[in-house]
Amino acid sequence: MTRHAPFLAQSRFWDWGYARDILPALLRGVVVTFEATALGSVLAFGLGLVLALLLRAPFWPVRALVRGLIEFVRSTPLLVQVLLIFFVLPDYGITLSPLTAGVIALGTHYGTYTADVYRAGIDAVPRGQWEAATALSLPRRRVWTGVILPQAVPRVLPALGNYVISMFKDTPVLLAISVGELVRAAQEAGAQTFRYVEPFTMAGLLFLLLSYPSSILVRRLERRVGG
Amino acid sequence: MGEELRVLLQGLPLTVEAALGGIALTVVLALVAGLALLSRRRWVRLVSRIYVEGFRGTSEVVQLFWIYFALPVLVGIQLVPLFAGILVLGLNNGAYGAEIVRGAVQSVPREQHDGAVALNFTPVQRMRRVILPQALVEMLPPFNNLFIQLLKATALLLFITVPEITNQGQDVLVPNHLGHTLPIYLLMMALYLVLALVITVLMRLAERWAAGRVGRRPSGSTRRRFLDVPSTSGASW
Repeated sequence: MTRHAPFLAQSRFWDWGYARDILPALLRGVVVTFEATALGSVLAFGLGLVLALLLRAPFWPVRALVRGLIEFVRSTPLLVQVLLIFFVLPDYGITLSPLTAGVIALGTHYGTYTADVYRAGIDAVPRGQWEAATALSLPRRRVWTGVILPQAVPRVLPALGNYVISMFKDTPVLLAISVGELVRAAQEAGAQTFRYVEPFTMAGLLFLLLSYPSSILVRRLERRVGG
Repeated sequence: MGEELRVLLQGLPLTVEAALGGIALTVVLALVAGLALLSRRRWVRLVSRIYVEGFRGTSEVVQLFWIYFALPVLVGIQLVPLFAGILVLGLNNGAYGAEIVRGAVQSVPREQHDGAVALNFTPVQRMRRVILPQALVEMLPPFNNLFIQLLKATALLLFITVPEITNQGQDVLVPNHLGHTLPIYLLMMALYLVLALVITVLMRLAERWAAGRVGRRPSGSTRRRFLDVPSTSGASW
């Protein structure tokens, strides 16, 4: 292994051969991390939109209830929500795989954040657009799908992107219910040899390697949409 | 229910200690790193930028595991779990806070800076007496959100076996209440909700104080929110 980095190969702190051996396992963890993030994002985007529309419901108790729910989910730890979904639902006869439970928790938690992103986007659509839609007596459904949302959603894409990156970095919370994501993979690799420096350092670097370019991309998107 | 609450409340002091310790470290690091991001010296900016991006770019859980499991091997010191937790909460949220401080300082109008120069203030006086008091007003609302994120992140200390609220619930209560665990989780969440409200109320008071100190009334949105149900909206970025 000396050809990789002679001065470190001998070090008792870092073993390049070991690092190379565990890399495939960590990359499999990355795949699971991506799965959880992608599915969680889809759920968060959908749920957030539903919540945003409910926040504009004409019946005020609905608005109050949804607002209360959003604040409650946001003010409590994601970890507790993950545990709740995984351990409580079986009491009611619903058994979920760890990944499914994790995705539901991630999607719900972040859905309460994306709800306000959509809300801000919808509020930013000029009043005239609503009035024009009314003047054309478009059906309510067409007003939303044809006029308001096509203008509101592109504007909020960068904000949604930021939440996807946040969620990506929150997926290790799922190791509490033994989802085999990146940090869990690192933990398991380390547990076999009792060497933790390499796996956890590599897990950290992989996170940095994947999230930093994405955040630069989002920043660029931000500039294009013009805030 | 009373028995369950009693067990959970045994975890409360550690959750509060972790949150307060983390908040204290966050404030210090955010100020230092945030001002360093605005330094005239290139290398100071660079060091601070590496810290900020490094901690924002990796996951808090990874940082926790690294400091608790990997660092002892490298330096030969095993950290007490609570201390490792506070260190990670502070380092991670300090990186987010640094961007808040930088943004707030930059939002102070240029004329304030020029005025302080004209009055022959030293750079330290300028920062302490003119720029920071005004920037503080801008900083406090986003710091409120950050502190709530930090409070929620104290639950992660479960992973390094700090017996805080989540650990008390998950490892002490849940195994003894299999089949009817929902109330336990709801109770845990209620405790976090109360703590989040306490943070929000204290930060609102701090906002009023900071605004009053520079001769401003709380901004319109602050006053409106004050009358509303306290909202803990928004993420750290």
